[in-house]
Amino acid sequence: MTAPEHKVDLYRRRFLLRSAGQACGALLLGMGLLGYARQTRSLPAEAIRPPGALAEQDFLAACVRCGLCVRDCPYNTLKLAAPGDDVVNGTPYFTARNVPCEMCDDIPCVVACPSGALDKSLTDINKARMGLAALVDQENCLNFHGLRCDVCYRVCPLINKAISLEPQHNARTGKHTRFIPVVHSSACTGCGKCEHACVLPEAAIKVLPTRLAKGAAAQHYRLGWEEKQKAGGTLVAPDQPHDYNLPPGYRYEHDGKGLIKETPTTPFGENPLDTLNQHQEQSQ
Amino acid sequence: MSALLQPGAEAIAHKGRLRAHQWLLLRRSVQLAVLGLFLSGPLLGVWIIKGNIASSLTLDTLPLSDPFLVTQSLFAGHRPETTLLIGAALVAVFYFLVGGRVYCSWICPINMITDLSAWLRQRLHIKSGLRLQRETRYWLLAMSLIAASISGSMVWELINPVTTVYRGLIFGMGGVWLLIMGLFLFDLFISPRGWCSHLCPMGAFYSLAGRFTPVRISAVKREQCNDCMDCYAICPEPQVIPPALKGAPQGRSPVITGSNCTNCGRCIDVCSKEVFRFTSRFYKSTDSSNTFKQSEVLS
Repeated sequence: MTAPEHKVDLYRRRFLLRSAGQACGALLLGMGLLGYARQTRSLPAEAIRPPGALAEQDFLAACVRCGLCVRDCPYNTLKLAAPGDDVVNGTPYFTARNVPCEMCDDIPCVVACPSGALDKSLTDINKARMGLAALVDQENCLNFHGLRCDVCYRVCPLINKAISLEPQHNARTGKHTRFIPVVHSSACTGCGKCEHACVLPEAAIKVLPTRLAKGAAAQHYRLGWEEKQKAGGTLVAPDQPHDYNLPPGYRYEHDGKGLIKETPTTPFGENPLDTLNQHQEQSQ
Repeated sequence: MSALLQPGAEAIAHKGRLRAHQWLLLRRSVQLAVLGLFLSGPLLGVWIIKGNIASSLTLDTLPLSDPFLVTQSLFAGHRPETTLLIGAALVAVFYFLVGGRVYCSWICPINMITDLSAWLRQRLHIKSGLRLQRETRYWLLAMSLIAASISGSMVWELINPVTTVYRGLIFGMGGVWLLIMGLFLFDLFISPRGWCSHLCPMGAFYSLAGRFTPVRISAVKREQCNDCMDCYAICPEPQVIPPALKGAPQGRSPVITGSNCTNCGRCIDVCSKEVFRFTSRFYKSTDSSNTFKQSEVLS
């Protein structure tokens, strides 16, 4: 090997070693970053993305963290995560208990988003699904105690659609009705006004990521009464009136009014005078 | 005593303090003015530019986006809205025209932090430090894009100090001070010019974006160089200087073509012989003194 050739060889060797060192450094940092990215991928349950946000994984590929959504939010609901927050650095979120989404009709945050991290195809705010409200604490909810607090129901922008009050028998008193707030995932946008308004020191109703707030029925499950309605009649066996063995004058209507007294028995007869006379007879 | 003089002392003596800092002052003014435009909204309620350095909207019409972030987003598998792509294209064209790393020296907020570290190193005569390889940044750039496509998210933005600090200044600092302190101390004590000139993948990206930029600094009067070494001492990327400054014997052009040159203009400031100035990339030295010097060297 001649001298210059040897020198070229040494240069090449040094270059390769140097590059290998740099590549290894980059690889190590990359692996660390990927691990960190995995950890931060799941959003804390209290942090809610703005309306129209893509699924978290896609959101983190799309959002350039510019904060234009934050700027155009008229209620200062949205914040950008700063380093040290639990939310991925620089991404927008809100905490419903502090400031909920006011569900603007023109959805300015989505309009402002330049990247498509907030989906422009969302034009009806009622179709937003930022999360799902869930009445998580049935032990402390005042309505479960039988009170008519109803605050979550009253503040709901989609009252009677996203939250309804379902009357239930109050077994504790035996004679009252409890009005149970029930959230309907078909309408709830996850705006968080219910959580914000809950009167308890710690909200009994909370907006959670839908995956946490909602179960799923098995795919093969069918609801018999719905299938029956779709088919226009029973699918299993012909409906037969059930013999309830009731006292005379009573009838039971399944799928209808329930227990029915055939003859209306009131203390009042057909003739109002009879009632008055009856009273007189008793005092005599 | 002269060994303890700061780079530029001779230039100050010759040209006066102001002219020996003119590009530095201009650069700081631009950096602060851009930051001021971003801050005038949240601080004064005058909304000229909304957003931050990652993506912004000027006067509610002009979208500007960082092409490095958009590239990361593309690698992560997202197809951005047209607004973002237009914004990124505008910014990319701008930096191609004025010099890719003009971003680093004229806009980036980290530049002020690491320049302070470099200045302090010189003041305190700190010579030690870990010498990193300058190509490391390209490996980190490749890593940031590959990691984005593996994880399907913009991984580098988890820690990118450039965007994080800018966003912090405009939207609230949070833990950003720690990041700033970390970078400052890293450059001061661990690795000289470590971040901006060796590691930052964003700088690497803009180096590539301005690879063939028409605006470059040239050593137009290189024959007057008295080898005071001030330009090397002040330059954040001193490896770009010799081919232009000392290339006359090899017949090399006086244009600094190294893509890592940030067009900061500090070499122009600190040179008492006024060797450097901004020129076009296609600048050809026509003066005979060059050829004269060449023949002189050859003879």
